[in-house]
Amino acid sequence: MSPRRVVVVGYGMAGARLAEEVRRRDPDGERVALTIVGAESHTAYNRVLLSSVLAGSLTPDAVRLRGAENVDLRLDTEVSSVDRSIREVVLADGETLPYDALVLATGSAPWVPPTEGLRTDGGALAQGVHTFRTLDDCARIVAATAPGSPVAVLGGGLLGLEAARGLAGRGNLVTVVHPVDHLMERQLDPQAGAALAKSLRTLGIELRLGVLATRYLPGDGLKLDDGSHVPADLVVVSAGVRPSTELARSCGLTVDRGVVVDNALRTSDPRIFALGDCAEHPGTVSGLVQSAWDQAVVLADLLTGADPSSRYLGTPVVTRLKARDIDLAALGEVHTEPDEPGAEVLRLEDPARGRYAKLVLREDRVTGAILLGAPDAAAVITQLYDRGAPAPADRLALLLGRALPSPAQAGPADLPASAVICRCNTVSKGQLVSAWRAGARSTGALADATRATTGCGGCRDAVCGLADWLSAQEPA
Amino acid sequence: MPTPTHCPYCALQCGMTIKPGPVVEPREFPVNRGGLCQKGWTSAALLNTPGRLTTPLVKGEPASWEDALDHVAQRLQELRAEHGPDAVAVFGGGGLTNEKAYLLGKFARVALGTSQIDYNGRFCMSSAAAAGIRAFGVDRGLPFPVTDLANADAVLLIGANVAETMPPFVQHLRRAIDAGGLVVVDPRRTATAEQAAVHLAPTPGTDLALALGLLHVAVAEGHVDKDYLSRRTVGFEETWEVAARWWPEQVERVTGVSAADQRRAVAVLSRADNAYVLTARGTEQHASGSDMVSAWINLALALGLPGRSGSGFGCLTGQGNGQGGREHGQKADQLPGYRKIDDPAAREHVAEVWGVEPESLPGPGKSAYELLDSLGAGPRALMVFGSNVAVSAPRSAHVAERLAALDFLVVADFVLSETAVLADVVFPVTQWAEEGGTMTNLEGRVLLRGRAVTPPPGVRTDLEVLHELSVRLGQPAERFPVDEEAVFSELRKASAGGAADYAGISYERLRAGEALHWPCPDETHPGTPRLFLDRFAHADGKARMIAVDHRGPAELPDDDYPLSATTGRVLQHYQSGAQTRRIPELTAAVPEAFVEVHPDTAGRAGLGEGDVARVSSRRGEVLAKVRCVPGMRTDTVFLPFHFPGDQRANLITNPVLDPISRMPEFKVCAVRLEAVT
Repeated sequence: MSPRRVVVVGYGMAGARLAEEVRRRDPDGERVALTIVGAESHTAYNRVLLSSVLAGSLTPDAVRLRGAENVDLRLDTEVSSVDRSIREVVLADGETLPYDALVLATGSAPWVPPTEGLRTDGGALAQGVHTFRTLDDCARIVAATAPGSPVAVLGGGLLGLEAARGLAGRGNLVTVVHPVDHLMERQLDPQAGAALAKSLRTLGIELRLGVLATRYLPGDGLKLDDGSHVPADLVVVSAGVRPSTELARSCGLTVDRGVVVDNALRTSDPRIFALGDCAEHPGTVSGLVQSAWDQAVVLADLLTGADPSSRYLGTPVVTRLKARDIDLAALGEVHTEPDEPGAEVLRLEDPARGRYAKLVLREDRVTGAILLGAPDAAAVITQLYDRGAPAPADRLALLLGRALPSPAQAGPADLPASAVICRCNTVSKGQLVSAWRAGARSTGALADATRATTGCGGCRDAVCGLADWLSAQEPA
Repeated sequence: MPTPTHCPYCALQCGMTIKPGPVVEPREFPVNRGGLCQKGWTSAALLNTPGRLTTPLVKGEPASWEDALDHVAQRLQELRAEHGPDAVAVFGGGGLTNEKAYLLGKFARVALGTSQIDYNGRFCMSSAAAAGIRAFGVDRGLPFPVTDLANADAVLLIGANVAETMPPFVQHLRRAIDAGGLVVVDPRRTATAEQAAVHLAPTPGTDLALALGLLHVAVAEGHVDKDYLSRRTVGFEETWEVAARWWPEQVERVTGVSAADQRRAVAVLSRADNAYVLTARGTEQHASGSDMVSAWINLALALGLPGRSGSGFGCLTGQGNGQGGREHGQKADQLPGYRKIDDPAAREHVAEVWGVEPESLPGPGKSAYELLDSLGAGPRALMVFGSNVAVSAPRSAHVAERLAALDFLVVADFVLSETAVLADVVFPVTQWAEEGGTMTNLEGRVLLRGRAVTPPPGVRTDLEVLHELSVRLGQPAERFPVDEEAVFSELRKASAGGAADYAGISYERLRAGEALHWPCPDETHPGTPRLFLDRFAHADGKARMIAVDHRGPAELPDDDYPLSATTGRVLQHYQSGAQTRRIPELTAAVPEAFVEVHPDTAGRAGLGEGDVARVSSRRGEVLAKVRCVPGMRTDTVFLPFHFPGDQRANLITNPVLDPISRMPEFKVCAVRLEAVT
């Protein structure tokens, strides 16, 4: 039996991950012959790490993804159309690729706001304007920014702030312009947005919130709708993305915001699948790598026949800002107010230090959280949320990521007789006291009598302290 | 006469002295510096333990040595004649002396002609060994003396609870602890984790993701020693391609270890002048255990630690002779000197020393759990030396069934262990201070343990048992010597030229007090306390970074079994407890099994402190008293594995095996916690 011909359009993180998952199940290509068509000229890379490249902590080479083996990879190649009637993909150069199954992994493209001057009359980005989406974008931004030069970032969402932090870390004077009056409004409530703003300002980043950029002047900067002006040698546009659905539309598939897929990741044509940013799955927010990776697992199960019952049921969304010196996690319902019936809401505000922690629970389960400047808490809360596991009763410890410190270390007098002083030899306070009363009046004598201190020696101070305490109690 | 010896328990092999009584006292020795834990202090009680066996047992009845030996030889010959040589299997132990381990392997291959031999060290060091050989070309638990650790500013301990499993070892960490340089990876807040500056508590079974995260941080924060990598390693590119997708926030979601703590841990390691990375069973006893160790080695290599004076990577060996026990031929796939049994040159060398034809040596056999799993259907007879598989093997109810399916079970032990109870014939043998022999401790140092006390009348040494049986099986008498020094002389020849080369180590040199670490190829060689300073043991001298990825536990929690169980040791007991459970002072301290649970998790199951809980997995259930421990993860329970019967932690453990090391997944399985009504 010859392998099924699977053609994947798009070689970003979703396409690359799918290839890898397919080959994990079918290493020698006995079940699936895989062809991947990619528009960019280089191999796939890890988009999540682009902010680290921009910040200079990783090199562009370091974020490249390994190529899957046994794949017919066509780079620098555009798809011009799909003929569903005869199941063929038509490439820009006229070559055709017949398929048994087609996968759309076309991703998304940055959205550029209609600010005057950002685009040239021809529709290209104007001089000094860059989107922040690809490895090439990264390289262009880094090449165009001299240390100390002013940069404007359009968009105070997750990616915009990561770019801003990276550029500030490189020594640029960064101003973030955001049309809503608090940052990351999709993931944060207003208090968290304000605390985050405070942290960013402390790091030297200027913020212009609740204002629109109305005009860009190359070499000068941005004019805002409040009449003010932001000087900028460079403008980084990070105002959101739109699913790339042109190919799906042109061949008549059902497209809403993205290409509509079911739990088997099938589009309206059951021989065509879609995953990643270009796909729209009910109840799933697109644009996150975790969703694409989870989808790749399911689709590889289905395409290779490894598990025909595999289905994609969504990915819990956890937002983590990757920016040096700022620890921010947000998940689930973040806008729920403390007085909402049925919800248990805890909130800790420490605006002076840019810290904010909010936890939303329903029926003992974590349903939402914002954790800014509480790095120890995010890990446990995220796991509870991902698994739907019951939350610990000590809510405050959960919110803070650590138990409150216990009362000051008890002195020898306060310890119960059963307290083990020397773990290596299971010697309790009671045994030491008895030995003392029987005449062992020094640390050495106590060691001889009880073996305390004779293992790792870590309890020596405690035994000395006990001896001193006992000695002080002796009548003069 | 006070006689210097070493402790009968763990691989630290603390120096001690036996005095009449008998009683033991600690002795100045580099590994313990005069310290002993409670097990060591009370070890003399083993020598006159009330349950001591002094008469062979045949079907539970006392028998003479001659009758018992004749009976065993006859039954083995019958089974072999009927079903072929592989009908007889042999199971050894990591507590056996080098001489016994060596002679047991030779007995299996030559006197029995069976390929079916493995040992409990498979459950202990096999993943560490596999990863060490892959990376460095040779497996020596610590390729440096333990005392080198005392100069470390930072130590990363992974799955190692040394404060309970080898307490005197903690002395060597004092500097790192005091400098805020101890980093401990353990799902539990153990006695060791409590002393750490940074405690990373991953979800059980996710260590590999954590190791990848730390490597990612090390790269992103510029802590990688690029010069070292290019001079001394190969494979960084491929390794990074995997680690690149494990950025700290991604790792956090899988492991539950915060990104900030991952960064803290790397910062501690990278700012140290001298740093060590050490693994133990917590990260090794997994179905991906070999890969887990490889991932930690990768981190150590990226930081430029292995093979550098004052820094390094190592694995903490568990059993007393866990190191020597894995070098001299009781492993299914190995011949003495850490040689591979399928290597023609190795077969030729060893066959010549043994005076047999290379073709007569069997090939590789099944690994420990696979061997136990095949009993009855495969081997019809099993001979057990120095192991208590009824308690220590995974999925132990099933293993007990397999033992019951045998035609013939022979056990050599000094007490009636849970396995010996099931045996057709039990040979009462000498223990520890009653016999001579060498042990190779966790740092690859060979120690001579002289006979210190006279054994009780009626017991014989394992070497004598093997000798008597081999003669009855038609072997020339001189082929299986009973004198340990004679056996060792032969071992030296058999190991000569192998990875673990003992050729230059003699009883004479050891008696003179020389500190000899293998390899020691000739009598003028000073031994090798530190390996890899110039080169690693691969042909090109470079270490290999292996591009391993996180796979996760074989069994994930679900609605039916919502918690993860992990197992381990307590300070007062050793392994299956066959020895320590006979010592009143130790059983008084920890008399029975318990299950550590977060108070909330206990409360949800309707359980409180001291209640008896039923902990069930898909393979069985254990009964254990609840200990509420606020420091536990709410998704994890912990059970010690020292207890027999209904309290055997291994009734629930998962026997799924690592594909490379054949290590069972002792350290994580999905369980349910219920009150016993």
